[in-house]
Amino acid sequence: MDAILLQILNGLDKGSAYALIALGLTLIFGTLGVVNFAHGALFMIGAFCAVTLQRILSISTITIDPTRTDFLGKPLQIKTPLVESWFGEAAGQAIINWTVPLAILFAIPIMLLIGYVMERGLIRHFYKRPHADQILVTFGLAIVLQEIIKAFYGANPIPTPAPDVFRGSFDFGVLIGYAQDAIIYPYWRLVYFAFSALIIGLVFAFLQFTTFGMVVRAGMADRETVGLLGINIDRRFTIMFGLAAAVAGLAGVMYTPINSPNYHMGMDFLVLSFVVVVVGGMGSLGGAVLAGFLLGILESFASMNVVKGFFEAIYLPSIDQIVIYLVAIIVLLTRPRGLLGRKGVMEE
Amino acid sequence: MLALDKKDSLTFLFVVAITLLAPFLMNPFPEASALAQFNAGYPDLMQRFAIYGIFAIGFNILFGLTGYLSFGHAAFLGVGSYAAVWMFKLLSMNIIPGIVLSVLVAGAFALVIGFISLRRSGIYFSILTLAFAQMSFSLAYSVLTPITNGETGLQLSLKDPRILDATNTTGGLPVTNLFGLEMRDSMTMDIAGWSFNFSTGYYVCAVLMLIAFYLSMRIFRSPFGLMLRAIKTNQTRLNYTGLNSRPYTLAAFVISGMYAGLAGGLLASMDPLAGAERMQWTASGEVVLMTILGGAGTLLGPLLGAGFIKYFENIFSKINDNVLHTWFSVMPESLENFLVTIIHPFVGKGWHLTLGLLFMMIVIFLPGGLVDGGTRIWNRITGRNRTQVDADANPKPAE
Repeated sequence: MDAILLQILNGLDKGSAYALIALGLTLIFGTLGVVNFAHGALFMIGAFCAVTLQRILSISTITIDPTRTDFLGKPLQIKTPLVESWFGEAAGQAIINWTVPLAILFAIPIMLLIGYVMERGLIRHFYKRPHADQILVTFGLAIVLQEIIKAFYGANPIPTPAPDVFRGSFDFGVLIGYAQDAIIYPYWRLVYFAFSALIIGLVFAFLQFTTFGMVVRAGMADRETVGLLGINIDRRFTIMFGLAAAVAGLAGVMYTPINSPNYHMGMDFLVLSFVVVVVGGMGSLGGAVLAGFLLGILESFASMNVVKGFFEAIYLPSIDQIVIYLVAIIVLLTRPRGLLGRKGVMEE
Repeated sequence: MLALDKKDSLTFLFVVAITLLAPFLMNPFPEASALAQFNAGYPDLMQRFAIYGIFAIGFNILFGLTGYLSFGHAAFLGVGSYAAVWMFKLLSMNIIPGIVLSVLVAGAFALVIGFISLRRSGIYFSILTLAFAQMSFSLAYSVLTPITNGETGLQLSLKDPRILDATNTTGGLPVTNLFGLEMRDSMTMDIAGWSFNFSTGYYVCAVLMLIAFYLSMRIFRSPFGLMLRAIKTNQTRLNYTGLNSRPYTLAAFVISGMYAGLAGGLLASMDPLAGAERMQWTASGEVVLMTILGGAGTLLGPLLGAGFIKYFENIFSKINDNVLHTWFSVMPESLENFLVTIIHPFVGKGWHLTLGLLFMMIVIFLPGGLVDGGTRIWNRITGRNRTQVDADANPKPAE
């Protein structure tokens, strides 16, 4: 039982990332009807917002202390980050320590802007073109974004640690009456899950309880009629694109302490997120979130030794590597619309 | 000629001439000149032209004719490579069994994947093929290590049985051959500063590519090809006429899978290695790009696209800062440094950035690819009415 609980917990953080990216993809697809292959790149750019902020915060002034020498015998150079000299040592160190959470504030405007520019500058011209063209142009854009990041930050993963407070692990088992160390779970993953749940909740609340959200939902159902009512639906959809970009970006920012960001992390997540969207049902927001968590948890279950052993016995070794794809194939063949897909979406 | 009409015969003869004379045509600059770095007449690159040409021709039969966008074609290429290398390990270093098996295995693989994926169309089909290809990639990378040798990639070794070949006594690794003609053999001809290279491997690839090209021409002009175009134009209407289109799409999928298998087999024949990275989805994206760039649905397009991409990949990735500095050395130093800094991210290791930009430009401005662009320019020159051309190219279906 404790092993099962542990696997569910382990699946949550990956599942959260899938759910957030898939949510953004579905938002874009549901509003604009565009299949965005560059969404993984937005996730990656979000992660690199955190890296950028880390770099900015560690800009230092160098003072030379002639009384001391370093190990090469030269005068010792002391680096003082600018934030420390501005806000005092303690506050400065705290700011540097909390880089990743602070990067959220940094990333939101950037991602909104990128999303806005992308939609106005490129995607807008592809509404009337076939889906194949949309896939191809966003695929090209994804390559370009990825290579730009690579040119600026290099090809190696860049570690961006979580704040000290969240670095350890948390003994979850004790809380619910298991022995000590039975279920331990890193704090940051818990934070990540809570954060994703919050974002998902906010997006749904925004769509459900605000006038803006209501108009957007109406536009998703029947764009033309909403337009005839004198509402500038294109403008609202552009804002939704920015919002979807911001959701992907925030997922990226918070993911950096779990996996050090590198330039191809977006592509790695994109393929799986697409599978998630399709399993959940194209155009269904709830389906995307549900399928994201479901597949994340399923993936971590499949990596359990018991499960692996069982599948090895029936000649399906290393089930954890392929389980998501297998599930996707089975779902698409038995329930072509996906788990929660609506009728009439993406059916030629 | 060869059951082709006059225009097609001309096209085919043109391709034959270009392919056979490639060692000359690809080497327009003398060896010692500064422009020699733009030459493409060395065996390795020319083989790639031919092999990726085959790959793109095959992909075009599926995408260009039926409009089904597969994002997992690299899987067939990879499977073909593995099959060929296994033949070299077990049977013989002669490339015939390797290539035959790679085509057959890729065909069987395509039959299975196509049977499942073709139940859906549009974006779902793309994602299904993508999922299958990624699955094959992860399988080859990890689980199937006994067959694929995982991360290292499948290689030849001295201990391989090779039951048809004479026992190896020399101690060196054997070389792939065609009844004794070694693939890496080449003959160099020096004429007044030029140096032309004729490689056996290239001509083997070239002949197979010509056969592949001829077959694709016949498919384009056949009733089967017409049916595939009908599927692209309006599948719903086709279904309403009581016709089951799936056997046709499946046949097209298997044929294009076999082309990819042939390309994979040839890649392994030229260099007996097979690695999982050949199956990655970026590789699938590359063949899509080649086809689109050249012009999907046209005969020459895929060949043109494959040649274009492989050539520029090779040339662009060779240009480094030193080369740039020598180019701009006539300019004042500040301007020189400025230009080098500007161009630096796009060349050398940054080739993929250029590739991505190119990809976007083509899709945005020239969805018909290079062939379409060429036709447009030609029509502009000859003064043919533009609206007339558009009407010819996209006939409106009668409602």
